[in-house]
Amino acid sequence: MKGHHVTGKKNKRQYTGLLYIMPWILGFLIFQLYPFISSFIYSFTNYNMTSNIKFIGLKNYIDIFTKDSQFYNSLKVTIFYVFMAVPMKLVFAMFIAMVLNIRIKYVNFYRTVYYLPSILGGSVAVAVLWRFLFADNGLVNEILSFFGIPKIGWLSNPKIALFTVSLLTVWQFGSSMVIFLAGLKQIPKELYEAATVDGVSKAGMFFNITLPLLTPIILFNLVMQMIIAFQEFTGSFVITNGGPMKSTYLYAMKLYDEGFLFMKMGYASALSWILFIVIMIFTALIFRSSEYWAYYEDGRQ
Amino acid sequence: MMTRKKKSRRLIRITLIYIALTLLGIFMIYPLIWMFFSSFKSNNEIFGSLRLLPKQVIWDSFYRGWNSGQFTYGLFFKNTFLLVIPVVLFTLVSSTLVAYGFARFNFPLKGILFTVMISTLMLPNAVIIIPRYILFNRFGWLNSYKPFTVPSIFACHPFFIFMLVQFLRGLPRELDESATIDGCNSFVILVRIHIPLLKPALFSAAIFQFIWTWNDFFNSLIYINSVKKYTISLALRMSLDTAAAANWNEILAMSTLAILPCVLIFFFAQKYFVEGIATTGLKG
Repeated sequence: MKGHHVTGKKNKRQYTGLLYIMPWILGFLIFQLYPFISSFIYSFTNYNMTSNIKFIGLKNYIDIFTKDSQFYNSLKVTIFYVFMAVPMKLVFAMFIAMVLNIRIKYVNFYRTVYYLPSILGGSVAVAVLWRFLFADNGLVNEILSFFGIPKIGWLSNPKIALFTVSLLTVWQFGSSMVIFLAGLKQIPKELYEAATVDGVSKAGMFFNITLPLLTPIILFNLVMQMIIAFQEFTGSFVITNGGPMKSTYLYAMKLYDEGFLFMKMGYASALSWILFIVIMIFTALIFRSSEYWAYYEDGRQ
Repeated sequence: MMTRKKKSRRLIRITLIYIALTLLGIFMIYPLIWMFFSSFKSNNEIFGSLRLLPKQVIWDSFYRGWNSGQFTYGLFFKNTFLLVIPVVLFTLVSSTLVAYGFARFNFPLKGILFTVMISTLMLPNAVIIIPRYILFNRFGWLNSYKPFTVPSIFACHPFFIFMLVQFLRGLPRELDESATIDGCNSFVILVRIHIPLLKPALFSAAIFQFIWTWNDFFNSLIYINSVKKYTISLALRMSLDTAAAANWNEILAMSTLAILPCVLIFFFAQKYFVEGIATTGLKG
């Protein structure tokens, strides 16, 4: 950072730094920036890998908004999914993190157990398992009927299937929990000691110390988890294949069908840009609103 | 001083918390345990039964599942390792170089480039997947593992760059300066001084990349189309699709094997997971 070096040496060091990051610069240009821009361009074409590419203006977008009923359905399903899975996961993660943070022994043991599903959750194997567990005569329904509760169509009822798929996401709360735990450890103990001296109640401490100081982590988790959730694919593809009655037909599946099943690359590019804009809008809304609820000690960021 | 009554009330509360935490733990892990034991069950016992242990143990579901298709799962495991291990190694090397560049050098546009790098963390894969596919098709890379390995040579996983930058920033600069005075060039400093100190971070990065790539399904589904090159994820899905109604135990057996490498790594290297996530404060 400081200019201690002689000018000539400094120049040399400048290029050295660029040399080290060169792989990333190339990778970024070829594998990220170029696809990013070209998907925008493709979205105005009828490209389908076989016939010649032709610019068709806004036709893809017009078709998507006026003719494609599955577009609205998948967008609706995805937004429902995001609004169901992400808050459930984060609230759960935060709650458990707070329980583990209060004078609990064997924290490491519990942390390990709760974290395990997070490393497996995205895999096909676990999606397969979900299909078995929540089948009409699967384990979950057997447990329910043991307690005299009637069977539930976890995967066969269009009103419930999406919830069952989001349970798979909630099951993976461990990674968010570890982040919250790390955040909780950062909160200075003196704050709680001072509050105890002042006679503040446990609830008061939670709302006036813990929650405000955790808001930056909540914000961060919320944004990242939301972006991931908008693109969820494996769960619905393997567990329900979008069904029953397209009730779990997530946007990523729609994108996959149009782009890689029907090879309508131009059309799918337009779909992907709509998804991008939707994600941007939600991210912007979260960041905007965070000015009112996220707390930064020195007022930065 | 706490009164005896207060003390015993506290004890009860703590006990209840432990019971709740333990129940939750069982609840979380039970599906996996069930999966393991069910791979030894007969097919009609998998559904419609509460028992965890099989009434009649089926020993050959692993053998039959392994050899069920045109190719054995041995090939699919081999394929997955052939894909995952190069990706992990390339990611480590390229991310270390790039992180070193960002953490230890000044160069023109550094601030902007770093911001761009961080913002690609939030770039949805869905937006770039179609042109990437077209690009890889043009390169003739479809149905090979190059769509996975080549981007990792070019440090296309900003998460790991960011993670290593965070670690490198924590290492004292005096180390570099004294080595510079001794006449070492920057690459020697990286290899001799930083990499040994970065070992835990590199280990975390390797584990995460291994598990994420191992579990990847969407990209494998798009880029790989001949069964001979299938990874575990694709093979499992194929078994699920083609299984005649009665081969459930074989599928569960293969699913159990599919998660085994990740579970083993997790148990042998847990502390690196927690350190990895906690220092970057990122997903996982």
